[in-house]
Amino acid sequence: MTFWVIAVSGFRRYATYRQATVAGAFTNTVFGFLRCYLFLAVAGGAVTGGYAPEQLATFVWFGQGLLAVVLLWGAPELADRIRTGEVVSDLLRPVDPVHSMLAADLGRAWHAVLTRCLPPVLAGALFFDLYLPVRWHTPPLFVISVLFAVVITFCCRFLVNSTAYWLLDVRGAVSLWTLGSGVVAGLYFPLRFLPEPALLTLWLLTPLPSLFQAPLDVLVERDPTPVQLGIVGLQAVWAVIMLLLCRLVQRRAERRLVIQGG
Amino acid sequence: MGELRARLGGHLHLLRAQIRSQASYRASFTIDLVTNVGATALDVTTVLVLFGVSTVIGGFRLPESLVMVGLALLAFNLADLTVGNVERIRLYVRTGLMDAVLVRPLGPLGQLLAMDLPLRKLSRVALAAVVLVVALVRADIDWTPARLLLAIATPLAGTVFFASIFVGTASVAFWWIESGEFGSAFTYGGRDFTSYPITVYDGWFRATFAYGLGFGFVAYQPALALLGRADPLGLPAWAGWTAPLVCVPAALAAGLIWRTGIRHYRSTGS
Repeated sequence: MTFWVIAVSGFRRYATYRQATVAGAFTNTVFGFLRCYLFLAVAGGAVTGGYAPEQLATFVWFGQGLLAVVLLWGAPELADRIRTGEVVSDLLRPVDPVHSMLAADLGRAWHAVLTRCLPPVLAGALFFDLYLPVRWHTPPLFVISVLFAVVITFCCRFLVNSTAYWLLDVRGAVSLWTLGSGVVAGLYFPLRFLPEPALLTLWLLTPLPSLFQAPLDVLVERDPTPVQLGIVGLQAVWAVIMLLLCRLVQRRAERRLVIQGG
Repeated sequence: MGELRARLGGHLHLLRAQIRSQASYRASFTIDLVTNVGATALDVTTVLVLFGVSTVIGGFRLPESLVMVGLALLAFNLADLTVGNVERIRLYVRTGLMDAVLVRPLGPLGQLLAMDLPLRKLSRVALAAVVLVVALVRADIDWTPARLLLAIATPLAGTVFFASIFVGTASVAFWWIESGEFGSAFTYGGRDFTSYPITVYDGWFRATFAYGLGFGFVAYQPALALLGRADPLGLPAWAGWTAPLVCVPAALAAGLIWRTGIRHYRSTGS
């Protein structure tokens, strides 16, 4: 119940930034055109990296739509609260901070689905031939995959911000994350363009391909059904691991905060 | 003359204070330098990965495309280093900090830039310069004095062009306070657009960005002149030689938008 209330407040918070939402959707759409033309030129009308041209177009446009939903680069709010000490008031509340922040983030993500995801996808559908899924189970699987992606991204951002408990200045950690996450998550180019060994290493050893590559590959039906299911299963494993890691870090951090004397 | 020296002195003073404050957090500054190289390295890596998948993109091979990448990245990074922080005016307008800027006896634009010159971005400029030089050497260019001049003038004119885009799009915040990521579509988007041959794009989208806004003249047209290639899209050969001049109308337009914006600015009252 509390989780739900916090999620709704997260939604309403973002609903107040109306101008910024429009500006963001516009920018995602412009980048959609840039990337879509580029990948189609790379493909040159043939199947590339296992994607037909329409599948690449869907990959790009839904990727631009997901960008604000699966938020890789948010403002380092938690780190600021830690630095200024405001975070202490979060710990006094009767809700686990990881849970309440996750709830707020899910509310934010739902707002983004409604306002930031649709405009680029509609623009893409208007100007390009998009691939539409043909298997009946793909749409629900895609929704589950996006949900896992949102949870894992939340955990990644939480962990990056939490380094502030130990470092205070998180600029370095944040810039390393900003730099690495985009390319390894599959934002700049589909990871399937990389050689197989590099791809497998990334997919199995890091949660990053689960953030972008996974839902988009599921959506465009790049692989047969068992592989599709495997991709989502792997995301589930990463979601559990990352949530446990966040709880662990949070507990350590609380102890550290007590030692500091608050 | 004395007044000019006094004004420049004021800006230099702000700049020196910036250098001291940024260099005092050594570890952060070093990480920033490294990650900034990384950002440009990733842009180049993306190009290499794409040419790994396909040897010809938009009718151009890798060595020719790298000349465009080098010109685009050097111009963009130089502009981002010098005026990129103008993006922050939307923060200044929202918080009312802009008032403090306007009451000081220095030019507002110069102050905003000197207030946070991001020295960490120097490393990106250096890498972009290396990419451009390597690309020019490897592209098998038939060098003449005129081509050498063009190779030097193009990134400098491109810097002025991108700087105009930064200032022009950031000025939108004077009218549209929460302008958010709007400017990125034309700054970072413009960088991505100019990094590839414009034959990659198509239709009204290409017409708008390349010819309407002028991004086609930042790297693509001059690169054709350097490489001695005819434009597959049909512009005459001299277009590449005069391309750097596109920075002049861009700068004039940006100056006009900026000045109108400043005049339009009404404090938030906070």
